[in-house]
Amino acid sequence: MAGILGGLTQSVLQLTYLVAGVFFIQGLRDMTHPRTATRGNMISSAGMFLAVVITILWFEMLSPLVVGAGMLVGGGIGAWLAVSVETTEMPQLVGLFNGFGGGASAVVAGAELVDVLASGGSLTLGLTATASIAGIIGAVTFWGSLVAGGKLHGVVGDSPVSDTVGHAIKVFFFIGSVAAGLFLVVQPDMFGSVPLASFLPSYWVLVATASILGVFLVLPIGGADMPVVIALLNSYSGLAAATTGFVLNNTVLIIAGTLVGASGLILTVIMCESMNRSLTNVLFGGLGSGDDNVEDMEDIYEGNITETSPEEVEMLLETAGRVVIVPGYGMAVGQAQHAVAELAELLEEDGVDVEFGIHPVAGRMPGHMNALLAEADVSYEKMRELEDVNPMFSQTDVVIVTGANDVVNPSANEDTDSPIAGMPVLDVAEAQTVIVNKRSLSPGFSDIPNPLFARDNTSMLFGDAKESMQSLVNEYKESR
Amino acid sequence: MTFVENLTIFVLAAFVGYEIITKIPTNLHTPLMSGANAISGITLLGSVVVAGSGSTQLATVLGFVAVVMATINVVGGYLVSHFMLDQFSKGGR
Repeated sequence: MAGILGGLTQSVLQLTYLVAGVFFIQGLRDMTHPRTATRGNMISSAGMFLAVVITILWFEMLSPLVVGAGMLVGGGIGAWLAVSVETTEMPQLVGLFNGFGGGASAVVAGAELVDVLASGGSLTLGLTATASIAGIIGAVTFWGSLVAGGKLHGVVGDSPVSDTVGHAIKVFFFIGSVAAGLFLVVQPDMFGSVPLASFLPSYWVLVATASILGVFLVLPIGGADMPVVIALLNSYSGLAAATTGFVLNNTVLIIAGTLVGASGLILTVIMCESMNRSLTNVLFGGLGSGDDNVEDMEDIYEGNITETSPEEVEMLLETAGRVVIVPGYGMAVGQAQHAVAELAELLEEDGVDVEFGIHPVAGRMPGHMNALLAEADVSYEKMRELEDVNPMFSQTDVVIVTGANDVVNPSANEDTDSPIAGMPVLDVAEAQTVIVNKRSLSPGFSDIPNPLFARDNTSMLFGDAKESMQSLVNEYKESR
Repeated sequence: MTFVENLTIFVLAAFVGYEIITKIPTNLHTPLMSGANAISGITLLGSVVVAGSGSTQLATVLGFVAVVMATINVVGGYLVSHFMLDQFSKGGR
């Protein structure tokens, strides 16, 4: 092992890795405030740059062209994706990137096994065990992310098999991949006389079974549960890197991978708590089908729905002192964030107090609404979290709900039998008037009716989020 | 480096991660996720060593594939995060 700097002691490499690790930690620390977050991201990327450069210089590069070409191709694809993708397609892009990280970890762990065998080394317990774990997590992350990304992009539909069959498939392939891993782990002792190389295929069997497992884990999970899935896959991609660090005995891989693993896991927990559901329930349960809800819906809505128009809403806004806008996935789909931001800006110019009430699981990934509104130049100080905005609804004149449904459903608080009972929701009904902008009365993801729509102080503004918000902006401009 | 030493680093890093990440506001969860995502591309280091060692043809091919995937993750993740944070700082004016 002698690269350009290979003459130096191992300490140089290790110390540089330590510096890179510190950069990652400081980078994340800077992420705790919007003012320093951009700097944090740069510090983190500098750490990455440093770690990659020292690795290339320290280790022997017999095939530098392969490395260079790989980085060029990967860098090109990554940059192109980052530049060309619309903010509205961000969830699937983040999902996709997660997958590539996990996939790389699985492949590296396998390549390390090949490498060790080729150089006449022996497969120790530590090596085969950690490689097996890295392989399983990495492959599940890669395929799970591809499926999640495909679902978010609308190119992958629902699971073609029933829940029972799906569970059976998951169990089967989980056991299969663990068995392949165990086989790899125990073979150096049990089959001492057999050439080691003949056991290598079991690693690829492990990767193949874990891949199928990854597909079927994510396939049955619905769109509104995607924030949990994306956060969990984020965590997995970190854990895969950390385990690969164990395989390669590389400290910075362990540090960086673990930080990401922790980050993803915390986001996962936050998302689950925001839906008052357990992780197991999100991953394996799913919400029940709402066959018997259709009658309920007619009962609740019949004769109680008030329809309004942009003109009427505009008149309401003229006299309002405080307005809260509650965005949901419908705003993302309709790309209505710019119209919504413009409306907020106009109102503010006229001295109206405007805030955004953002539910943690609104949208398809953690912080989805915040990212969209930031794109439309909304100040982050205007984006309020559920706990901050809920006590303020009673002092609010007008709430505009656009493209959100389940996160403003009062059944969560009032109906203990409801599938979403106990889920923290935005108590918009406390406000004087609620305007709900929605394409129709169709139920949201949880497939249950929303009694909010039938309240006396609620009016429905039917239509696409972007069109409705834009006509509201136009009305407001005209009347000024 | 023994397994236990590696485990020590792992456990300590987990605590550091927990302490920091819980302080990050909801607003920044999306850029955090794509930034953390980029960090998980750290596996690029392993990919580079494997691809560059040229020990066997198979290891080189696997290494190349891993380098491509990890670099997409690193470059894409940091860039997406950067663009997003740019919008946040504009909004925060």
